[in-house]
Formats: sequence, structure tokens, C-alpha cells
Amino acid sequence: MSDEGQIMLRETFTVAGGDFSHAGRVSTTIKSMLKQIGFPSAVIRRTAIATYEAEMNVVVYADRADVTFEVTPKTIRVTLADQGQGIADLELAMQEGFSTATDEIREMGFGAGMGLPNIKRNADELEINSEVGVGTTVKITINAGE
Amino acid sequence: MRLAELKDKLSLKSLNDVYDKDVEGAFVSDMVSDVMAGAKPASVWVTTQTHKNVVAAANLVDIAAVIVTRGRPVSDETLEMASRAELTILTTDLDTYSLVGKLHAAGV
Ligand SMILES: Nc1ncnc2c1ncn2[C@@H]1O[C@H](COP(=O)(O)OP(=O)(O)OP(=O)(O)O)[C@@H](O)[C@H]1O
Ligand SMILES: [Mg+2]
Repeated sequence: MSDEGQIMLRETFTVAGGDFSHAGRVSTTIKSMLKQIGFPSAVIRRTAIATYEAEMNVVVYADRADVTFEVTPKTIRVTLADQGQGIADLELAMQEGFSTATDEIREMGFGAGMGLPNIKRNADELEINSEVGVGTTVKITINAGE
Repeated sequence: MRLAELKDKLSLKSLNDVYDKDVEGAFVSDMVSDVMAGAKPASVWVTTQTHKNVVAAANLVDIAAVIVTRGRPVSDETLEMASRAELTILTTDLDTYSLVGKLHAAGV
């Protein structure tokens, strides 16, 4: 049985590129919403990690993003649609250790090239579409039943 | 072990309030994504990283406290953010190697 249409919760957020002061706010909010609903902690943790990595990539590499957070009885879905430079070679970007982060970014603790692999590992489904010079859309789906 | 007990045992200095929690392990890294990938819940995060971004990252993976080594200064901005998130920031003058040895000896 499909649970499309049975949306229990839908929220939208925005993320500003370069805004390190508020970085992590969207994933922190989503985490506490999931906690309130009462999802298993493993599900909350996977969603929090995947969302945080995608949010940080917007902060570091894009201009801005619209984030949609949707919860149905069976799935948690977070979609980050950004406007920015886009990813030229997605296969390369997905490789652990690949990063285009500057020294300044690395000094803040980012640029290990582990973000996208972390998203992949924690999501049950991951869809990334990107166009150079336009932007990137990252769609993360987590199965809610552990 | 409780965080307050660990703090006393290792003579750590707290830079904000101690939000006492269970400590069940430790994770050492200066890279945020590494912590996201590898730190287990209720771990202390041993790092030289003091940027305010450690706060959100630490809370997302349920870090028990951050321990900053080699007495690196932590900005008021980071500490205010940490207090708002009820995350304890501890420091030691020891380097990471020496501190981790002590954590191990203390049974963490
Ligand atoms: N939203 C995005 N827009 C443009 N480029 C991106 C975006 N997300 C990722 N990238 C590119 O893909 C590379 C790999 O991303 P990934 O998140 O795996 O590592 P990182 O961000 O460089 O380091 P880490 O996530 O470990 O801090 C980035 O360095 C960047 O070049
Ligand atoms: Mg990243």
C-alpha cells in the first residue's frame, strides 16, 4: 500500500549559502520534530546526519536552498533544492575523500570529502540532480520503520 | 561514567555549565564529517576544533561533551551557542595524545 498523500507533517525551510553562524539549524529543527513525533532513535539519527551533511554542502558550496521536510507514516523525506554552482562530476563528488573545499573551509573542520558518502550511507534512497551554474537538488528518503 | 566524574578525574576545566550526562566512549577528530560518520552516541568528542559549528554537529550525533585539547581558546560566541544547546565544553592543557591515554586509563 502506498502511503503517498498521507502526509502527517510538512515543513519548509531556507538555508543561506555562506551563513556559518546558523549552519545546522535546519537539521537540528528536523531532529527535534522527529523526536517529538517519537520515531526510533536510529531513524532520527540517520535523518539528522544525512540532513546535516546536505545542509552544510549548501552553506559551503551554494548560494541558497529551499528545504522541504515531509513525514508520512512510512517515510521521512528531506529535499534540498539549491541555487549555486552545481556539481560537474557527480560520480567523482560521491567518492570518499573528494573535496573542493578551500583551506579556510578546512580550518573550520569541513572538507574531508565525507559528506555525500555519509548521506548515501544513512539514507535508504538518495537522488541527486545537478546542473552546473544552476544548482543541485538532493532528495533524501529514510524509511521510518527502522 | 558520568561527565562530572570524568571532569574531576582528568582535571578538565569547564568553560560553561556542566550538563551532566553519561559518557560511554570517546571519538577523536578535527573533521566534522568524520564525527558524523563515526562517533557513537554519548561519546566525548576530543578535538582542537573550536569553531561554533562544532555545537550543532555535536548535538546532532548526541555527543556528551566536547573536550578541547592543548588549552586552545574558545570564543564567547561558541560558548554561548553551546550553553543554549546544553552542550558542555571542557578544556585541558594536555595534548590530544596524552588526554586520550588518560581517558583510556579512566575506563572510557
Ligand atoms: N550542493 C552542492 N553544490 C555544489 N557543489 C557541491 C554540493 N555538494 C557537494 N558539492 C561538491 O562535492 C564535493 C564533495 O562533497 P562532500 O560533502 O562529500 O565533501 P566536502 O563537503 O568537500 O567535505 P565534508 O562534507 O567531509 O566536510 C564538494 O567538495 C563539492 O565540490
Ligand atoms: Mg560536505
